[in-house]
Amino acid sequence: MRLRYPDTIRIVRVPCTGKVDVLHILRAFEKGADGVYVVGCLEGDCRFENGNLRARKRVEQAKAILNKVGIGGDRVKMFNLSSGEGPKFAEYAVEMTQKIEALGPNPIKKAKEKLAA
Amino acid sequence: MIVAEKKPIEEIIDMVKDHEKLLVVGCNECVTVCEAGGKKEVGVLASALRMYFMNQGKKVDIDEITLERQCDHEYLEELRARIDQYDAVISLACGVGVQFMAETYFNTPVYPGVNTCFMGVTEERGVWSERCQGCGQCILGRTAGICPISRCAKRLLNGPCGGSAKGKCEISKDLDCAWQLIIDRLQELDRLDDYEEIAPIKDWSTERAGGPRTVVREDVRQ
Ligand code: SF4
Ligand code: SF4
Repeated sequence: MRLRYPDTIRIVRVPCTGKVDVLHILRAFEKGADGVYVVGCLEGDCRFENGNLRARKRVEQAKAILNKVGIGGDRVKMFNLSSGEGPKFAEYAVEMTQKIEALGPNPIKKAKEKLAA
Repeated sequence: MIVAEKKPIEEIIDMVKDHEKLLVVGCNECVTVCEAGGKKEVGVLASALRMYFMNQGKKVDIDEITLERQCDHEYLEELRARIDQYDAVISLACGVGVQFMAETYFNTPVYPGVNTCFMGVTEERGVWSERCQGCGQCILGRTAGICPISRCAKRLLNGPCGGSAKGKCEISKDLDCAWQLIIDRLQELDRLDDYEEIAPIKDWSTERAGGPRTVVREDVRQ
């Protein structure tokens, strides 16, 4: 299966979404990422039992923090799929990209440029 | 352990908004275990503050460090060489640590990053509850190892009160009646006779009511 998905996305591989910490998500935004999404296995199907449920909570934590600091919690989202669902992976990539395009760039980037100037 | 909760970010922002160089200091002990002020929470708070100020177009430098403890001189001293680089410190230790930091670095403003709640246990991850109020005269030996000072809403020494119903305290249906717990455990230990003994009036002068307290141990003092 050779599926296409937007090339603006950079994939960070982790052994399980349970490895993703709220700090990883925040640091990505601090460095200027426009959006972050976490793709985990289907709920109830985690090989390590609750890795994807932990990831969901951390995504929620990041969302709350991003809302409070003015970056916007809508820029982070959790998706779930099974490893056999390649087309869904591509679909989610498109969905997230469209969402981020609608939201515009991470405001931090502009602010950083201004501060540097 | 001492149980604390993270302060809302907006409250912290409001306290430190006029500073330009901040040090966020975590503590590796109790507040790490209750996930309020350890290395991880330091990282999260520092990152959130950096984003907030940057987004406001304000240049604020924020560094992070986590000490072994903030309630002992030897660990606080680790900051001595660099403390003057900062306008202010946000301490994520319990109130004890925040104060010791402030005493140690008299010229540096120190702000609390957590709300210190009580001495208690981890019932399960994410759930902590109170067990001791440091009354200075422990009576657990008489109360089947269950503390009525911290766990009975009225701190009764000869309970329960008339509000105990179906094992729950009258102030909340989610709260066990401490005296029901005491009686149940005395029964389990086959010591219900102890329950018949009226507890004498407690000496509250060893508790906070007697003013701030100090423990001095001449045998170990140097
Ligand atoms: S009786 Fe006093 S010292 Fe003992 S657990 Fe209760 S509050 Fe703490
Ligand atoms: S119901 Fe039990 S715990 Fe509540 S105040 Fe009365 S004796 Fe104390």
